[in-house]
Amino acid sequence: MATVELTFSALPAHVRTARLVATAIARRTGVEESLLDEVRLAVGEACSRAVEAHRAHCPGEPIRIELRDDSGRFEVTVSDQAPSDEIKPEQPLDLGMLSDPFATGFGIAVIAGLADDVEVFPSPKGMRIRMSWPAAPNGRLPV
Amino acid sequence: MDLKLDHRTEDGLTIVEVEGEIDVYTAPRLRELLIDLVNKGNFHLLVNMEKVDFLDSTGLGVLVGGLKRVRAHDGSLELVCTQERILKIFRITGLTKVFGIYASVDEAKEAHGKDK
Repeated sequence: MATVELTFSALPAHVRTARLVATAIARRTGVEESLLDEVRLAVGEACSRAVEAHRAHCPGEPIRIELRDDSGRFEVTVSDQAPSDEIKPEQPLDLGMLSDPFATGFGIAVIAGLADDVEVFPSPKGMRIRMSWPAAPNGRLPV
Repeated sequence: MDLKLDHRTEDGLTIVEVEGEIDVYTAPRLRELLIDLVNKGNFHLLVNMEKVDFLDSTGLGVLVGGLKRVRAHDGSLELVCTQERILKIFRITGLTKVFGIYASVDEAKEAHGKDK
């Protein structure tokens, strides 16, 4: 099992860096090219949500991402330290409900629609979002 | 890639050209532009997404916010988008039912003309 860990300050500018790192490692782990856009977007959503939560609750604390190559799966875990609001990923779409700064449940809904496998662990000490995609069993796919 | 924004008015439609990545970092600039356009009386907006490389829920939120603002003035906010990876995000979130989405600026202008 190979693991890459990344921590970053809760700044919107760093979300792009996190996306790029996750996509690069997904490619190296052997995630199919056709899934890389989904990895990029889902990791970006999870990091954006974490940045917004930290900026509201604990701007000085870092956000942590673990990227793991685990027996044929590429697994990403994004952990924040902000108290989680109640999550309602199955909320029906209501135009009036959607705020234009950021809609937390909306981001989670996008992740759920993109990742092959998603688990969300909210807690008073922060939220952990674990998502994974199929990867080549021994890392990089043969060219 | 950063975000590039431009806009012009053609046949009563304000066309907003967006190029690059719309995410939590860059979306505020698009929000400011849309708010500014509405404040200046532009209530029929067409956002051209054909050169958008990346869009996340923050960007969706900005577009929905823009739609709410123009609708308050009986206006419209529609999109030009044919990129499957961008359209997928609209489908996942059900927003294909909220926005008019066209294959080209000309197609959108034609539809807008018929609605007048």
